[in-house]
Amino acid sequence: MARDRTPLSAATLPAASVPELARHERGGQDLLRRLGRIARGKPLGAVSALIILLLVVAAIVGPLISPYDPVKPNGLITRQAPSAAHPFGTDQIGRDILSRVIAGARPSLEVGLLSVAFGTLVGAAFGIVSGYFGGVTDFVIQRVMDAILSIPPLILAIAVAAVLGIGLRNVIIAIAIVITPASARIVRSAALTVRANTYIEAVQTVGASDLRIIWHHILPNVMAPIIVIASIQIGVAILAEAALSFLGLGTQAPNPSWGADLAAARTVVTIAVWVSVFPGLAISIVVLAFNMLGDALRDVLDPRLRGAS
Amino acid sequence: MLDYIVKRFAFTIISVILTTFIVFGLVRIIPGDAAQVVQGQLLTSPAQLKAARHDLRLDRPWYTEYFRWLGHVVTGDLGTSFYSKRPVMDTIKQALPVSIELALLSMAIATLIAVPCGIVSAARQESLLDYAVRLFSVAGLSVPSFFIAELFIALPAIWFKWAPPGRGYVPFVHDPWVNFQQFFLPSIAIGLAFSASLMRFIRSSMLDVLRQDYIRTARAKGLRELSVVMRHALRNALIPVVTLFGIQLGLILGGTVIIELIFRLPGLGQYTFNAITQRDYPMLQGIVLIFAVGFLLINLVVDLSYGYLDPRIRYA
Repeated sequence: MARDRTPLSAATLPAASVPELARHERGGQDLLRRLGRIARGKPLGAVSALIILLLVVAAIVGPLISPYDPVKPNGLITRQAPSAAHPFGTDQIGRDILSRVIAGARPSLEVGLLSVAFGTLVGAAFGIVSGYFGGVTDFVIQRVMDAILSIPPLILAIAVAAVLGIGLRNVIIAIAIVITPASARIVRSAALTVRANTYIEAVQTVGASDLRIIWHHILPNVMAPIIVIASIQIGVAILAEAALSFLGLGTQAPNPSWGADLAAARTVVTIAVWVSVFPGLAISIVVLAFNMLGDALRDVLDPRLRGAS
Repeated sequence: MLDYIVKRFAFTIISVILTTFIVFGLVRIIPGDAAQVVQGQLLTSPAQLKAARHDLRLDRPWYTEYFRWLGHVVTGDLGTSFYSKRPVMDTIKQALPVSIELALLSMAIATLIAVPCGIVSAARQESLLDYAVRLFSVAGLSVPSFFIAELFIALPAIWFKWAPPGRGYVPFVHDPWVNFQQFFLPSIAIGLAFSASLMRFIRSSMLDVLRQDYIRTARAKGLRELSVVMRHALRNALIPVVTLFGIQLGLILGGTVIIELIFRLPGLGQYTFNAITQRDYPMLQGIVLIFAVGFLLINLVVDLSYGYLDPRIRYA
């Protein structure tokens, strides 16, 4: 990284050393090593990573560890307060809430990871193109992103989910679309900064193609903000999934979903508050974990982004 | 300066037109025939359906309809709701005050919490208080506001046998006390979430400013710490905060669907949700236009306020 800031001009640079320069810019391996250091320097980040690991485990082996069937109602045990048999109590139609909370991990994680993967990928691509080429391309992309940003995100997600139809896959697409402009903005400004460096001018002078410059020189240098924004947006995406499911556009009953369970709890919340408390806590803790992990990653990878979220 | 305003204004108009165009196209590809949805299950014969589609102008290409709609918008006519058969403008006039009241109240609550917390947190960096504020703010970003809202309904009912007055929305001018009871809890639910991001932003902005040379100068000339923080640092720290304010005001105006549902407040969020699920195209277009114009205008004002807040900024 230190090499990046060394002023180099094409005139003083023998053509043969350009590939070597490119190798030095690659932040990949460097990045991984620094990731390993997070746990020691950032205890909160480590705790968050543990919570997320727990979520992943619940999502994968949920059916094996869940004490009861999360879907089958039982009319004999409706709205039971938390007890030894049902640590989180039972809901309005007698299902074990602990089992439903465990089963809700999978859809949340699925939506969180996939929508952020798509949204960040597309957003980063637009951001890099916009920042690197500038001019009319930049103008057009930015106006379209402005237009998307001017629609309140939840409204946009509702509209897209309505266009595509109800279901988890469409919720993923809807959230990905909502996430795209924010990623595009942040990556664009990072790309603009990278582009202004002398070494970009240097590789341009020796005749590297735009694609090569973007792939080998811009992308590695904007990876840090991309990773940071993605980790923070997973939390945002999980919240959005909960909101869409709350409104009945995501996971459909009787399938477990923290958001939909919160919505269903509304009818009994004044007499059985635990029906609402546990799915709500599940969302809160998981999103909190992703947010804190994002903060820790940001401090380690890209301190310049402090407070940008 | 005038150049800048004109340019920004032109951008704003382009963005508004783009937004409405996207929404216009988007709603028309929603599966399910609007005519069928609007008329319920009464239309069984193809002839009836065709007539209904003709009445709603659904049998024409959407892009020509778009320009027709745009022409009407310029004259202040947003069309008639497919569903209620009332002018869209009337509904918006009814819902907008609810949304604005909710937005302003929650912004006020957020500001009351966030500004002192953010300042103290930055001025006493790494203190216990700072950690508490930071923990609160990251928690506030993570707890869904609709979860808080549900608890706000449940807990007063369980503890004090109290529920917000539920006989429909009462405007402030009719009965300020009932109105206050209806808006108080939803505003806190939204305001808490917003205060979290606001607090974070104020803290980091204050930290940036407190490292500036002129702060050292102010301290060196013997000013009291209170005066350094409040007069010299805070004013400059607020500039980036204003940007966030603008963005958030736009978000709150539209992003409160669930809170409005939980507390039965007939604001724009609820109408938007209904318009989408009922395929009420004119209503949806009208509301989105209001959102887009509102959001972009707020940001225009925010942009222009920079020059006022910080005379060093020139709009070249």
